[in-house]
Amino acid sequence: MERVAIVGIAQTKYQRISPSSHDEMAFEVTREALDDAGLEITDIDNTVTCTNDFWDGRTISCMTITDATGSSNVPTTNVEGDGTYGVLMGLMRILSGHFNRTLIVAQSKGSVGISNLITNAIFDPLFERMLGLDAVNSAALQARRYMTKFGITPEQCAKASVKNHKNAQKNPYAQLPLDISVEDVLNSKMLADPIRLLDTSPISDGACAIILARESDSKKCRNKPIWIKGVGHSTDTYHLGDRDLADVSVLATAAKTAYDMAGIKNPKEVINIAEIYDAFSYMELMWTEGLGFCERGEGGDLIDSGETQIGGSLPVNPSGGVLSAHAVLAAGMARIAEVVLQLRGTAEDRQVRGAKVGLAHGIEGACGQGHCVFVLGS
Amino acid sequence: MGKLTAIVGVGQTHHKSKNSECNGQELIGIAVRRALKSADISIKEIDAVVVANMDHFESINYVDMWSVLGFGGYKKPVMKVTTGGTSGSAVGHAGFYHVASGLFDIVLAIGWEQNSESDTTAAIVTHCEPFIERDFYGGAIGGLASQYSAYMDKYGATEEDAALVSVRDRCNAAINNPYAHLRQTISVKDVMNSRYIAYPLRLLHMCPRSDGACAVIFAEEKKAKKINKKPAWVLGVGSSHGATYLGDSIPFLGLKSLEKAARDAYKMAGITKPLKEIDVGELYLPSASAGVSWMESMGFCGEGGGPKFIRSGITDIDGDFPINPSGGVISTNCIGATGLIRIGEAALQVMGRAEKRQIEGAQVAMATGFGGCFWSDVTIISSKKKLR
Repeated sequence: MERVAIVGIAQTKYQRISPSSHDEMAFEVTREALDDAGLEITDIDNTVTCTNDFWDGRTISCMTITDATGSSNVPTTNVEGDGTYGVLMGLMRILSGHFNRTLIVAQSKGSVGISNLITNAIFDPLFERMLGLDAVNSAALQARRYMTKFGITPEQCAKASVKNHKNAQKNPYAQLPLDISVEDVLNSKMLADPIRLLDTSPISDGACAIILARESDSKKCRNKPIWIKGVGHSTDTYHLGDRDLADVSVLATAAKTAYDMAGIKNPKEVINIAEIYDAFSYMELMWTEGLGFCERGEGGDLIDSGETQIGGSLPVNPSGGVLSAHAVLAAGMARIAEVVLQLRGTAEDRQVRGAKVGLAHGIEGACGQGHCVFVLGS
Repeated sequence: MGKLTAIVGVGQTHHKSKNSECNGQELIGIAVRRALKSADISIKEIDAVVVANMDHFESINYVDMWSVLGFGGYKKPVMKVTTGGTSGSAVGHAGFYHVASGLFDIVLAIGWEQNSESDTTAAIVTHCEPFIERDFYGGAIGGLASQYSAYMDKYGATEEDAALVSVRDRCNAAINNPYAHLRQTISVKDVMNSRYIAYPLRLLHMCPRSDGACAVIFAEEKKAKKINKKPAWVLGVGSSHGATYLGDSIPFLGLKSLEKAARDAYKMAGITKPLKEIDVGELYLPSASAGVSWMESMGFCGEGGGPKFIRSGITDIDGDFPINPSGGVISTNCIGATGLIRIGEAALQVMGRAEKRQIEGAQVAMATGFGGCFWSDVTIISSKKKLR
């Protein structure tokens, strides 16, 4: 694969209710990503936006941010999915040889929608929607299955929440920097057994932007280029009842594609920092298994070991992760942006020392039906 | 530099007003099976899938995840693109970029819509900016109507000129295309006797809304040649999704986004004289009026030359520059599929597989997409790997 670099990134501060509109948030990150890269909008020869008609409450929701992202004068497309998928589309457009620099922007305002109705619409309209399934209670089914199958405890899941909210205290963009204990998580309100309030990510407003450039075009940029070493995405089947919800082989498939492309045989040894899509505390444990950071069923042991803390051998979510800010669509792209900061060595208080290879992960649909994995390197 | 990419298989449903025999996943399944059959490959050989529709028509969120049941997407890379009316052409372009990037060898692009499940106009209305524009520019018809009335005023085009386009497309669908939704032959008189929807557009000037799906298989050069003796090479793509506000974007004369997208696609394909070098057009004309006033935007005639161009009969199926031998969008409009059907039909033409609607000797075909905020996509497809 030809070398393509990430040369610019920007995130808004994530908030429960942002005073900015969708297009104002998109404009803010577009402008800041250009500044970060040391480019002007005229240097961008194509754009990709990530919007979702349900979350935006508007048909052709990408239209809302066309002007704000400078898409009016260049070929643009809209990926309706997590921001990681948008970055993948941007990568393809450069690799096709037809473009040199791609701006990708994802945004969402969870504050303007009703998230359980919006996520209820993920499910089968005839059989499953009537059950009242949504993102939280479907995740509860997955959490229960995972905990039952592998003997994972609520305490172990809670540790991910404690760690990530603590990390968020060092991240100026995070929405929920919290100093909490395992007991606080276990005593928080039960939302859908076994998921409690502090096991879940918040509803957030926010946006993220990333600028990609082919190698020859990355040199005039301000920051050290961070290279895309590998990428993979894969999809599980649809009905929850057809899936073993504790199975992570689809994530493993996506990860293997990315690792193979990056020439990584032992991810646990090679990867220095991972930002993964922990929409719920148990998800961080499960996804670390799928990504090959530990064996199947050992996600609980991994969090117990402390190796995923900022000072550990493989820090996971030093930014605070999705548990600390969950602007849907932007959240996966924010994982990439955070890894870029780590590999540049400019992640400030949350910096993982000596990080050279990083992993970013996004999910799509209910209970991680789809996964997209990026391996980045300095 | 990226990989040379070709279309090797095309499949579509028999489109209709209401397909009550299938749900959306099954509609997709029919189109995908037909595409796989036309390429003579199995779903196992598909490396990645990209799917498109407009969510609010069927009210299903995360269609990329839901639709895997329609094409056997288990453990496959799947993603979704949605850009409104251009979704179908955007998904075709996304399929092209998947392959041209070198990341995937064989890629399935799917567009679909089951409009019978929706109140189409009510869903479309919400694309307009909510505070200023939504109240008076809702739906798909108003903008097209005001555009044509401005064109009529400036260049002396008439309602009858647009009717000629309706008659051409509807008759092509009726006589030649078994997959088309509306298949009655009509006359200019029929069009002129149909009721106004929004002056100067009458019922028979407008596209319907349909249930249907289309699947197109893209492959890189080596595999393309292995799969299909005469693949349809994608030589040019152009895209212009201009504006956010209709007030900034409705081009009262011509269609600026189409001009730009066509210019980019011609440049990539090496086309300098479109009318001479292109053999057939499958154009996303949402209303018959667009079949008059947008001709100049693609360089087929000079400014204001639309009426004369259409009246000459050159775009009829037996003319020198046939447009929409399939019957076009005025005959079939399953919205998320519509742009991809144009690409699929253009590919069938240059493969020589368009059956009764085949334009003899077609080597270069042009497909367009239209939607969003008066946005355009253009694709140039040829039986030749290079035009010059």
